[in-house]
Parts: sequence; C-alpha cells; structure tokens
Amino acid sequence: MILYWNIFLAFFIPGILGYGGGPASIPLIENEVVQRYGWMTIEKFSEVLALGNALPGPIATKMAGYIGYEVGGIPGALVAVFATVAPSLILMIALLGVLYKYKESAKVKRLTLYVRPVIALLLGLMAWNFFVESYEEAGIWQTAFLIVVSYLLMEHEKIKIHPAFVIVGALVYGGFFL
Amino acid sequence: MRLQWNLFLAFFRVGMLGYGGGPSSIPLIHIETVEKYKWVSDEEFGDILALCNTLPGPIITKMAGYIGYRESGFLGMINAVISSILPTIFLMIILLSSLSSVKSFEWVSGMTAAVIPVVGVMLAVLTWQFLEKSGKDLGWKKTIIMSAIILVILELGIHPGIIIGVLLILALIQKDKRSSSEKKQKARAGDEQ
Repeated sequence: MILYWNIFLAFFIPGILGYGGGPASIPLIENEVVQRYGWMTIEKFSEVLALGNALPGPIATKMAGYIGYEVGGIPGALVAVFATVAPSLILMIALLGVLYKYKESAKVKRLTLYVRPVIALLLGLMAWNFFVESYEEAGIWQTAFLIVVSYLLMEHEKIKIHPAFVIVGALVYGGFFL
Repeated sequence: MRLQWNLFLAFFRVGMLGYGGGPSSIPLIHIETVEKYKWVSDEEFGDILALCNTLPGPIITKMAGYIGYRESGFLGMINAVISSILPTIFLMIILLSSLSSVKSFEWVSGMTAAVIPVVGVMLAVLTWQFLEKSGKDLGWKKTIIMSAIILVILELGIHPGIIIGVLLILALIQKDKRSSSEKKQKARAGDEQ
C-alpha cells in the first residue's frame, strides 16, 4: 500500500510542478524515481526516456505508465498514470464548466477574442521550433523538401489527403533516407 | 455506442500519430474534433487550448478528457484519455522488455526525424487559421499589435500560461460596453412576448 502511495506521489508532484508540459516534468520525475526512491538507475532511466522520445504521444504518460509497471505491476502503472493525468484534468473540467455556464455573456465572448492571438503565436512558435529542430537534425534540403511536399499533400485544393497518411509516409521516408 | 467508438478512433489516431511530444498532438486534435467529427467549434477549440496552457500536466490528456467528458460524460472522458495514451504505454512496455539494448531502436529516430517538419507544417497551418479568425473578429490592426506585444513578453521568458491568465482576468473584469443595448434588446423581447 505504501508503495502505491509513493508511486502516486512520485508522479503527482512532477505533474503539478512541471509547468510547460511533458519535457518540463521529466527532470522532476527523474529526481523522484532515481534519486528519492531509487527504483531505477540513471542509465536505465535514460534508456526509457530515449525510447519514450522515439514513440508518439505525450512523454509524461509514457514514462509514468512504464515506470509504474516496472515498480508495481499493472496497479502501479494505473496509479502512476492516474497521478499524471487526473489532477490537471479535473481542474480543467471544473474551470471550463464555470466558463461555459456564462457562455452567452459578453465577458466570455471577449475572452475568446483575447486569447486567440496568444494561441496563434504559441502555435506559430511551436511550428518554428519544429522547423529549427528538423533543420538541425536533417539539414536544410531535407527539411525544405519535407515541408513543401507535406504542405502540398495536406493543403493543396486538389489533393488534400488525411495527415495520417502523410505522417506514415514521412515515417517510411525517414526510415530509408534519414 | 457509436459515439464511444468514434471517440476511441479519434484519440487513438491522435495518440499514435503525435510524434514530437505535446505540440504535435494539437493540430491532430483539431483535425479530429473540429474538422472531422465537429464536436467542438473553432472558437471553443481556442478557449480549450488556452486553458490547457494555463494548467500543468500533459496537453493531450487534458483536451481528450475534457472533450470526451463533454460529448458523453464520465465514460467518454475515460475512453478518450485511455485511447490517447494506452497504446503507446503498451508499446513502451513491450519494446523495453523485448529489446536487449538501446542500440536496437536507434533506427527509429531516423523515422521520426522526417515527421518533425510535417508536424511543423500542420502547426503553421493552424497558426494561420487562428490569425485569420483573429483578424476578422478583432481587426487586423489590433491583432498585429497584440501579437507583437505578446511576442515581446514571451521572448522575455514569461510563461504563456501567465499571459493567458492575465488576459482571462482582463476580459472578465472589463465593463461590458454593450450592456445597455443588450438591456434594450431584452426589454424589446419582453414586450413581444
């Protein structure tokens, strides 16, 4: 029982303090899992992280699921994932519930207008970071080629195929050429 | 039942196609929930994403959980969250227990490297959609001025969550300009009844 409580704490604290999504909480998780509880060596942790980064989906839940499973089997995995996901999700549902109660009020409508430029900028910065990362990893020509081709496939009036196919195509392309 | 199946499909795809962490799942969620299934309007998507950014924890599970909850209550929430994260956790456990060393999955990084610019394009397209909407509703001048100010604040290293929090408060404490005309409309509606 005490083990599950520790697993909960080990992921709950980084989840709440890790402001800025997955990558921000990783060092905090490492601190709990390796330093405080000694469930894993630092080498093993790095290995798990390396694989986690190669797989799709959010990093925090992958780490929680795997480490929880290693330490406490399936219940351990459940506890770790719950600790990672539940607190912020409950907050989110509560907050949005309050907000949408007043959906018709001028204040909430104004809020929608105000946050839009922020969201646009954040998304723009994320896009920029992805391009920079690609440029550093794959070079300018590969990056430019992939940008142009994927844009045409996803956005050209006459083509417009589902991004899923473009992503799978890119995975295959990367496996051969990168 | 149909809805649960669709929730599962939508968030399973989001979870399995999102290479490059949290940001990569945002355009995928937009495609599934706004464009394909129309569970969420474009305006709401912006609001939800903004709130997601002010709260800690992974973005995808918050968005999946909230949208699932809104579409079909507690069951929908559990379904959407699990669909978005469980497949990759399984992959993690299976791969780590079957691979003897890290070396054997290094080829994977070459595969994912090609997806990074694709996700960049998806994010850039979504950026443009938001800018266009903002330009239409708020006016281009205001949008550009606001964007410039926000960019400077972000460059100073202030967390976007804080900016959104401040805007939230600003929007809620500002006096409603249209309140008087709304009162008139309400009075008129009352007369008609």
